[in-house]
Amino acid sequence: MLKDAAKFEPKIVAFCCNWCSYAGADGAGTARKNYPANVKIIKVPCSCRVNPMFILRAFQRGADGVILCGCHPGDCHYSTGNYYTRRRMALLMSMLNFMGVAEDRFRVEWVSAAEGAKFAEVMNDFVVQITALGENVKLRDLRCKK
Amino acid sequence: MQKIGVFVCWCGSNIAGTVDVAAVVEAVKKIPDVAYAVDYKYMCSEEGQKIIKDAVEEYGLDRIVVCSCSPRMHEATFRKCAESIGINPYMVEIANIREQCSWVLKDVKVATEKAIQLAKAAIAKVRFNNPLHPGQSQVVKRALVIGGGIAGIQTALDIADAGYKVDILEKEPTIGGKMAQIDKTFPTLDCSACILTPKMVDAACHENITIHTYSDLEAVSGYVGNFDVTIRKKARSVKADICSGCGICTEKCPARKTPSEFDEGLRNRGAIYIPFAQAIPKVPVIDREACLKFKTGKCGVCSIVCPNGAIDYTQEDELITEKYGAIVLATGFELIDLENYGNLGYGRSKNVITSMQLERLTNAAGPTEGHLVCPASGKEPKSVVIVSCVGSRDTSGRGKTYCSKVCCMYNAKHAMYIREKYPNVDVTVFYIDVRTPGKGFDEFQRRAVEEYGVHYVRGQVGKIMSDKEGNLTVFASDLNSGRHLMLNPDLVVLACAVKPAKDARKLASMLTASIDTNDFYVEAHPKLRPVESPTAGIFLSGMCQGPKDIPETVSQAGAAAAKVIGLLAKDKLMTNPCTAKCNEQICSGCLTCTNVCPYGAISGVEKEVVTLNGTREKRVVAVVNEALCQGCGACTVACPSASMDLQGFTNKQILAEVDALC
Ligand SMILES: Cc1cc2nc3c(=O)[nH]c(=O)nc-3n(C[C@H](O)[C@H](O)[C@H](O)COP(=O)(O)OP(=O)(O)OC[C@H]3O[C@@H](n4cnc5c(N)ncnc54)[C@H](O)[C@@H]3O)c2cc1C
Ligand code: SF4
Ligand code: SF4
Ligand code: FES
Repeated sequence: MLKDAAKFEPKIVAFCCNWCSYAGADGAGTARKNYPANVKIIKVPCSCRVNPMFILRAFQRGADGVILCGCHPGDCHYSTGNYYTRRRMALLMSMLNFMGVAEDRFRVEWVSAAEGAKFAEVMNDFVVQITALGENVKLRDLRCKK
Repeated sequence: MQKIGVFVCWCGSNIAGTVDVAAVVEAVKKIPDVAYAVDYKYMCSEEGQKIIKDAVEEYGLDRIVVCSCSPRMHEATFRKCAESIGINPYMVEIANIREQCSWVLKDVKVATEKAIQLAKAAIAKVRFNNPLHPGQSQVVKRALVIGGGIAGIQTALDIADAGYKVDILEKEPTIGGKMAQIDKTFPTLDCSACILTPKMVDAACHENITIHTYSDLEAVSGYVGNFDVTIRKKARSVKADICSGCGICTEKCPARKTPSEFDEGLRNRGAIYIPFAQAIPKVPVIDREACLKFKTGKCGVCSIVCPNGAIDYTQEDELITEKYGAIVLATGFELIDLENYGNLGYGRSKNVITSMQLERLTNAAGPTEGHLVCPASGKEPKSVVIVSCVGSRDTSGRGKTYCSKVCCMYNAKHAMYIREKYPNVDVTVFYIDVRTPGKGFDEFQRRAVEEYGVHYVRGQVGKIMSDKEGNLTVFASDLNSGRHLMLNPDLVVLACAVKPAKDARKLASMLTASIDTNDFYVEAHPKLRPVESPTAGIFLSGMCQGPKDIPETVSQAGAAAAKVIGLLAKDKLMTNPCTAKCNEQICSGCLTCTNVCPYGAISGVEKEVVTLNGTREKRVVAVVNEALCQGCGACTVACPSASMDLQGFTNKQILAEVDALC
């Protein structure tokens, strides 16, 4: 199949907690709910393991979008992990524009282990959103590229 | 130099159908430090594992990446495989190229590209893997079963028979659950109480079983093998050790305005009551909201009539703390509220009842001593309509989308109850489909039609109206003939959907057990681990996991017990070695991390440490208790100096993955 050379294919990193969202992604797979290949998942034990630094690094390396998925509030495997996530990411979100990344390029979503269909929906939606935003140029530090 | 082996699985055609596995192998071979790469049909098979083992020996591999299905499926398999040839199991990483790739993509080129990138990320991570060694923790040889229905009772009996202590925690004043309310059970039509009550007695008499009724789960902490649980034993206002269960108080109590829960509101009970004659324990409870003594300060009749002086109005809730190695959820089900089904007349006409109310009306121990009567008139009905799937398989948003599974069978049962005892009563069942998979089930339903002459009409009931005299009109459609029907039965029975217990979601939160959008508890694997919750040490038994009948409930209860016994039989458990670790050299001792740890696993300890410039000094640093740390990683992000890191998911590992993907 010929690929449309002009079509922009965003790079998207999805951090997923092991207990809910990663399992939700597995559920999307099991149910064959398609979502674009642009999304690549990194597994973390809990959403609270995600250091804002990881997200900034992804943007710096040229990611066009980053999405962080965890269990629904109240359902974190470690009880309170996603409450930390919520606060930390609200803070990060408030600083993204200032740092030169459009805040729409970053999203936090709660996806449970049973929500395979939702996982695919969220990813489809996010890819559309990021594709519309276009390439992320601002934070791309060319020195990091080999 | 590192020697990384990459093993790409076809998973039959599951992966190889969409991903060009040979291309993945060629691509990863070009990556520095990849000493060997190969693809094979089924990596998890014995033959596949042998390929890994042989490659380790031949090429001296020290790190393994398997590109295959989700790590949730086979990470453990490949870790074990590595261990068997002397590689630390934590030197293995999985690239999930099935669930995240071949199963969600259609285009081979796109899928192959993604698979290569996922493999690259796993390779990037594995470079920073370190050998990890699990610790050990003790197992408390005692289990807690939450819910005392047939599921909980059976699980408790099986665990107790194996020689372990087990406690049943039941919120109602008695154990027994819904099965105690049922008259007879399909497909054999044996009396429900006759098969249940002996089990209740067995549980009560068992030396290994302790029953806490009228109790709630107050708090839980800990982890598999070591749960700390607080149980709130609510005040019964009756001293259980003195009460003889004579029940005089329940007869004399003048406050009789509360509908009996056990009899589904078909009768009122006293403020002091025993739910039913065979209740265990047979000790009454005072419902303080209904009791005149509590409401007005006057009355006190029960304490006057009690021959044993067992009534105690000042009794207070008691908090019990206990340690458990395993917890079983057996909280069962409830019927849905019918508020969204006003069109069916429930609540407006007393002669529109639920199936559970019918069980009470036909039960010899019920409010009418088994005489089927219309609740409004007290007269025997001449014709009865049964409506299936009320709130089940309903995608309109007002009910549940799932099938409640037991209704088709109990509808046939109810029709047979009625026709057996009252051959002149006409019974019509409206249905969407009749679903009767199960041993002897289809035969049972056919008997209802062929031997008992029950009319089955395929169609839906649109509306049920009641006139001033309480006469019912049922408007329905007959899908087979396409006709509109209008019936005038004396009694309508609604087979309403089941739903999980009210507190299921709250309990799931307390136990960090997973729950689905319908509030049924989620199993660790729908096919292969159906009685375990994804949270280690939490097990599932009965309807709380999904609709099921009594035979299925009892089988699952036994299966859950077997899993619990397997756990309690171990003296020690291997703990997860992916715990937090503090780099004492750079830790400033600020102890920010101690505040975020949900398990209190971190403490400040004064220690002699070697500083970055090589000098020794004594100062406070953060120390992680590996037995308590569950590996969430909250502390690693809180630490201002990045001294706290999570083993198995270190900053370096995650950043390497980020770099590989971007
Ligand atoms: C009308 C009707 C007729 C039926 N007829 C048949 C039949 O003929 N044959 C058949 O095989 N099946 C029948 N069934 C299905 C049968 O009732 C169930 O399979 C069975 O009762 C499930 O048992 P359980 O222990 O899982 O749940 P339950 O019986 O609901 O028991 C759960 C227990 O947990 C307790 N609990 C709930 N929440 C908490 C909490 N937070 N803390 C502590 N305790 C809690 C409850 O009080 C209850 O005692 C029928 C169902 C209905 C509705
Ligand atoms: S937060 Fe970091 S620096 Fe502070 S005590 Fe904990 S590990 Fe040490
Ligand atoms: S990883 Fe989580 S559980 Fe472990 S010490 Fe850190 S905060 Fe506590
Ligand atoms: S485990 Fe999913 S957010 Fe904490």
